[in-house]
Amino acid sequence: MFGSRSFESSSSSYADAVIGVGILALISLAVAWATHKPASTGAPAAISLAYSRLPIDALFSWLRMAAAYAISLVFTMVYAYSAAHNRRAERILIPLLDILQSVPVLSFLPVVLLAFIHLVPHSSLGVNLASIVLIFTGQVWNMVFALYNGLITVPRDLRESALSLQLSPWQRFRTLELPYGMVGLVWNSMMSWAGGWFFLMAAEMFSLNDHRYRLRGLGSYLQTAANQSRWGHEIVALLTLIGVIVAMDQLVWRPLLAWADKFKLEMVEGDQQFHSVVLVILRRSRLAQWMGTSLLVPLVEAVDAWLGVGLPRWRRQAAWLGSLLGLARTLATAGTIFLLFSALEDGLRLMSHLSANTVSLIALAVGATLIRVVVSLAFSVAWAVPVGVLIGLSPRLAKLLTPITQIAASVPATALFPGLVALLFRLGGGLTFASVLLMVLGTQWYILFNVIAGASAIPEDLKEAARMFGLKGSRIWRTLILPAIFPYLITGLITAGGGAWNASIVAEYVAFRGHIYTTFGVGAMIAQDSQHGRFAALLAATSLLSITVVVINRLIWRRLYQHATNRYSLS
Amino acid sequence: MTDTRKSADYILAKLQGVTKMYSQPDHYDILVLDDINLTIFKGQFVALLGPSGSGKSTLLRIVTGLSQPSFGTVLYRGRPVTRPNPRAAMVFQSFALYPWLTVQQNVELGLTAKGIPLAERRQKALRLIDLIGLNGYEEAFPKELSGGMRQRVGFARALAVDPELLCMDEPFSALDFLTAENLRSELLDLWLDDKISLQSILMVTHGIEEAVYMADRIIVLSTNPARIVADLAVNLPHPRNRKSSDFIYLVDHVYKIVTAGDRPPHSPLNLVPSRLQDPESEDRAQLKPIPYGHLSMLSGLLELVSDRGGRDDLYRLGSELLLEVDGLLPVTDTAELFHLATVAEGDLILTEQGRQFAEVDVSARKQIIRRELLNIPLFRLILRVLSAKTNHAMSKDFFTDILEEHFSQDQAERQLALAINWARFADLFHYDTDSELLYLADDQLAEAGDWDTAVR
Repeated sequence: MFGSRSFESSSSSYADAVIGVGILALISLAVAWATHKPASTGAPAAISLAYSRLPIDALFSWLRMAAAYAISLVFTMVYAYSAAHNRRAERILIPLLDILQSVPVLSFLPVVLLAFIHLVPHSSLGVNLASIVLIFTGQVWNMVFALYNGLITVPRDLRESALSLQLSPWQRFRTLELPYGMVGLVWNSMMSWAGGWFFLMAAEMFSLNDHRYRLRGLGSYLQTAANQSRWGHEIVALLTLIGVIVAMDQLVWRPLLAWADKFKLEMVEGDQQFHSVVLVILRRSRLAQWMGTSLLVPLVEAVDAWLGVGLPRWRRQAAWLGSLLGLARTLATAGTIFLLFSALEDGLRLMSHLSANTVSLIALAVGATLIRVVVSLAFSVAWAVPVGVLIGLSPRLAKLLTPITQIAASVPATALFPGLVALLFRLGGGLTFASVLLMVLGTQWYILFNVIAGASAIPEDLKEAARMFGLKGSRIWRTLILPAIFPYLITGLITAGGGAWNASIVAEYVAFRGHIYTTFGVGAMIAQDSQHGRFAALLAATSLLSITVVVINRLIWRRLYQHATNRYSLS
Repeated sequence: MTDTRKSADYILAKLQGVTKMYSQPDHYDILVLDDINLTIFKGQFVALLGPSGSGKSTLLRIVTGLSQPSFGTVLYRGRPVTRPNPRAAMVFQSFALYPWLTVQQNVELGLTAKGIPLAERRQKALRLIDLIGLNGYEEAFPKELSGGMRQRVGFARALAVDPELLCMDEPFSALDFLTAENLRSELLDLWLDDKISLQSILMVTHGIEEAVYMADRIIVLSTNPARIVADLAVNLPHPRNRKSSDFIYLVDHVYKIVTAGDRPPHSPLNLVPSRLQDPESEDRAQLKPIPYGHLSMLSGLLELVSDRGGRDDLYRLGSELLLEVDGLLPVTDTAELFHLATVAEGDLILTEQGRQFAEVDVSARKQIIRRELLNIPLFRLILRVLSAKTNHAMSKDFFTDILEEHFSQDQAERQLALAINWARFADLFHYDTDSELLYLADDQLAEAGDWDTAVR
């Protein structure tokens, strides 16, 4: 009666072939990764620029991303679930999340790298782990926030119906809470991948304590090519990166977005729907269906049965388990507190060696970088607002330009840095100008996209009213356009600000053809301190930078955002 | 002896002294349910009737074990209910379907929770889907169904777990008139023909006709806090004819109870009295909720009644204006508050002032409202504070804080928003949305001064 429907409708055997090959490819990828003998860290292997290396390099970069994302996903579920279901945990986890989210992750790169190299010495595994952890810390927070928001906003009626139908906590999570948070989770996963590329490019090649660490990957390829002025290689590598990003978009994110459409709560079909050919092929393929009915359904049933009946029974029988768990929890809490305190003590002891001179120098450097951040934001606003409004107000233009801008925006700014720096130096400009330009690269897209979204959301009747009253020029900007895009602009600026701080770390200190170019700023300071192993100053600079960013977020951005949503929201 | 045992066998659920309070941060607890004693017998279809916000939904959730009473106990078959009752099933006003599950999967949900094997689950869900008239829609998603079809899924899902007690929270009020009527009679058929395993039905509703049409027993609840004001048996035979004189008589009777009934008119608030030290203490102590009546609706209603000779039947007015008691009551309450009309015997009767109000133009109406507002403690309090300040302005938060001693936070904000709206209409004081300040303009200040000296 049911289930037979799809078997009759289409028998696309080519789809099966595609999926089969895909699975095979995935398995061989994993094997390749496992057998990959990394170069030892002491004497970094020279990066070969042969074109034939590019696919392998792209693969390694992608695998690092995938590993980081897998960790992020598990972490997200555990963190968001505990925060949403435990009052006491919520009170600690959510403010912590808020702070972690606004700290510039790249400033942690040296610290994280150092920790992992100590953990796994004499192999590039440590460096690999460090890059994965770095990407993880860059991409996980917004995912956690999205899922947590989903979990706490599950409508009361749905929650009550689950309780009244006696669903177990696991079943509630599987059938209600996770699906409810799914749309947000998919969107944020997409954003996290985009952010991940940014960090990966920077993390694949780094100098620390007079050692140079290199990982095979697209990031190191790009840097090496730029260093040797091999522009052909540079461009091909960039195209490869764009190819990988576009393929991810078409093969993973679009199908996922189209699939997640069914988790929207609205009871009417929305106007914005995602279509994905890949998803249609998947849904019609017999192989996928067979996997659904013969693997997934029994698996879910088994887990349901085990968690619903088996686990409680086992728990009842094993009463000692409860006390053991309690003991473990107490020990874990005590251990965490001890670790935190000893880390804090170590850090403070380190910093106590700092002279007042150094501290004030660091403060000044933060100020210098702040000025650069503000200038780069102003630059971005200056070009992105008019262009964004122009595109947003004209549906024809939007249709034409959106795919192009999306591809342009998908290239992580850090991938462009080496090439651009080389180009700018050849043209003779100093790093002072170049660093601001590089920061603009990291910020402009957030602003552009948000402005386009805001301008295209202006209701037609407001536009008509403005036209009828003959509003023109600056007046129409002041009365209609600026107020309407204001909330969007603020959202864009908040994200862009974060991007600018992160970009400053890579933009203020550049190693190029054996020369080192720096400009005064906290990013350069962090890079230099980690280069020469001055850990006290490194710690102080990182902390001061983090505190500054958090304070600015609290005092300025959050207030502006609240004002924007209260006053200028069009709904 | 045998008699009492027999009647005990007939009891399905028993509420003893059920009281529900929501605690506020500053120790003022808001009483929602006050000492509810109720016994639900087997074989009964009970309707809980009351205006919205009367706490009847809270009561329903306490019966099902979704929510716990602050005091008192709920016994189900003689045993206290402390967690969601597996033998009770819920039907929601919003349907509460899972949009990402098909009709079949939605109906199976409760069976999945019980750990029933897949094949058996399918069978059972299919039977229910057939019974409730949804066959053919098994693989549809809720968003592909009409409202009536969705609520059918809601019923099928609730009935799939073979409950003894079916609890329905306004199950028909999100549906259009014809669909609701159709679904009501089908549910009644299932219930009366014993096609389902149910022992009792408990339905929350604000529709008087709906209650009289379906239930064997109607419990009328008051608002603020909810108390049982009437417990009526409905002995009309099924199928009930809405045009019959018995039916009409009963509806009118219930209408009178609900509108005029034992609603203690502007009773002191349902909370502990506030501290009495401030200069405004007198007004503070008397702060009571102002009804959420729209002034434009008030004008329209008074004009209509005035055209009909100054008196009309509320039930008739409601059905003509397509308003449930729920929509009508706040407006009539406002009319009573402004001394424009009185409610007696289910009729709305205009006062002398009310007749005047209906005839004059809008600026004269503003004058009347203005005069009346000056007698309401909340407005007196605001005016006194504003004219005492040197800059004649005060932040909104200050007043919300005062109101929060008497209401929930949400309600305090709604009350103040309404007060601002009325004051703007009557030109009593201004409010600036950007700075969130209430303030007096110069002309308003002069008039407020006149009023203040007149009072003293």
